[in-house]
Amino acid sequence: MKILVLVKQVPDTEATIRISGDRKKIDEAGVKFIVNPYDEFAIEEALKLKESGAATFIVAVSLGPDRVKEALRTAVAMGVDDVLHLKTADLGMDGLATAQLLSESIKEIGFDLLLMGKEAIDDGNMQVGPMLAELLDVPCLSVVTALQVNGASVVAEREGDGCAEVLEAQLPCIITCQKGLNEPRYPSIRGVMLAKKKEIAEKIVQSANHTVSVESLSYPQARQAGMIVGEGAAAVPELVKKLREEAKVI
Amino acid sequence: MSTILAVTECRDGKLHKTSLEVVSQAKALSEKIGAGVVALVIGSGISVESASLGEYGATKVLVADGQALENYQPDLYKSIIIEAIRQNSAEIVLAPATAIGKDIMPRVAARLEAGMVSDCTKILVQDHTIQAEHPIFAGKAFALLSVNSAVKIITLRPSVFDAIQTNPGVAAPVEKVGLPAIEIKVKTREVKKTGGNKLDVADADIIVTGGRGVRSAENFKIIEELAACLNAAVGATRAAVDSGWRPHEEQVGQTGKVVSPNLYIMCGASGSIQHWAGMSGAKCIVAVNKDPNAPIIERADYSIIGDLFEVVPALIEEIRKIRG
Repeated sequence: MKILVLVKQVPDTEATIRISGDRKKIDEAGVKFIVNPYDEFAIEEALKLKESGAATFIVAVSLGPDRVKEALRTAVAMGVDDVLHLKTADLGMDGLATAQLLSESIKEIGFDLLLMGKEAIDDGNMQVGPMLAELLDVPCLSVVTALQVNGASVVAEREGDGCAEVLEAQLPCIITCQKGLNEPRYPSIRGVMLAKKKEIAEKIVQSANHTVSVESLSYPQARQAGMIVGEGAAAVPELVKKLREEAKVI
Repeated sequence: MSTILAVTECRDGKLHKTSLEVVSQAKALSEKIGAGVVALVIGSGISVESASLGEYGATKVLVADGQALENYQPDLYKSIIIEAIRQNSAEIVLAPATAIGKDIMPRVAARLEAGMVSDCTKILVQDHTIQAEHPIFAGKAFALLSVNSAVKIITLRPSVFDAIQTNPGVAAPVEKVGLPAIEIKVKTREVKKTGGNKLDVADADIIVTGGRGVRSAENFKIIEELAACLNAAVGATRAAVDSGWRPHEEQVGQTGKVVSPNLYIMCGASGSIQHWAGMSGAKCIVAVNKDPNAPIIERADYSIIGDLFEVVPALIEEIRKIRG
């Protein structure tokens, strides 16, 4: 079984987000980039499937500018067999354009199981997994917290609203990974050494049609300054009074 | 006249509250662009309330009702929604950004080559183009996106848009929709209810969240008790979830859920940048923290400096007093 893992590089969750002068994108200067946290679950699941003998080969693919090679090095350091950089200048925020671009290259690479994060924490679109499934005409089980692969069949637990759905599909299929699926490992020292030397193959790709374009980015509305009501349990009656009469929320 | 399709959601045969938000927003948008509002209801054993979507502005209601739709089934949902878009020549499709909406609408978008905006918090019409606001970095910033495709798909963040009964007493005509005969690629083996009848943070008007300061799973009892007397959902910070005190479905923040309740009460949580990203859309924020220098004290609308194990029980008592 060949596993393809999609890895996105995103700003660290700690990062303060600054908007560029033209208000069309974020200012990347000084921003630390990491592997999208949900994609780490995808990498870990792939490694576990290889260790159990279910998978034979893992290739990690990342779409984006040159800096995403670092994310692929992290994937190598964790233990994936091969990587491919799909080089493109600006990803934008168009989920469909991203899915279309990825689907072209993925068709060439081929896979039995495609693992990716349930969402990227930068644009938070949650679109690409299910879109790719349609473009590649394979099933997709999204927001998965438990996964079993038995031969050609996949059983996964999907997180719903107030429920967990146990779903079954046949390979090839796409799984989008949610927290709870596993605990991603830290790269080994040997892995880090290997990753440093790894030659990363790249392929230049360019998206054709955009259906969604960025008009402007903005910061959230500043909140009005709050107040300290008081100290300890003695302040509780005053707080409740304010919540009822001033804020009118209880 | 063009059509806006409002895809609604049923849970246990009843319309979920996000359905009313979606139909109301479709109605508001229809007035700006001069369109009809067709609502689509998908489920099993749907009660008569479908026609009541007329009160929220639907001019027609399509109902797909069948045993096969008892649980969410992506292949069937996709066919039904695409058919409804085609039959009604819908140009704009609105759906709730729930677990189902987030899974199904990208599939529909890919099949129709439609541009999509997820988890939208505002819709504008500018020079005849549709622009939708979408939170990025879990709410640290917002992107205003214009959608240029023939069909435009927008999912709406729950609890952001108001449900407005614009036409009280009006029943919309209801049309039955047949179930498509298609190959089912994903089979549902079982659906397990999680958390019993517990209120989900995404649905709650009030959320009581505990952080590292709660110190143990056992101690969360007082957080649960405060939540219960406010009809609130229990939320948790990443620290509380990673410590194993609470399940991940309660996590609020950049790697959890993004919420926008009326009231958000934070107990023993400092207000990290990642947590703030997930809850800064709350209308009123209350912090209970013993550290006067915690970042949340500066940002909350109301704070009490003190030990949560003293303040929270006092708060429970005070609220019981006024609520009887």
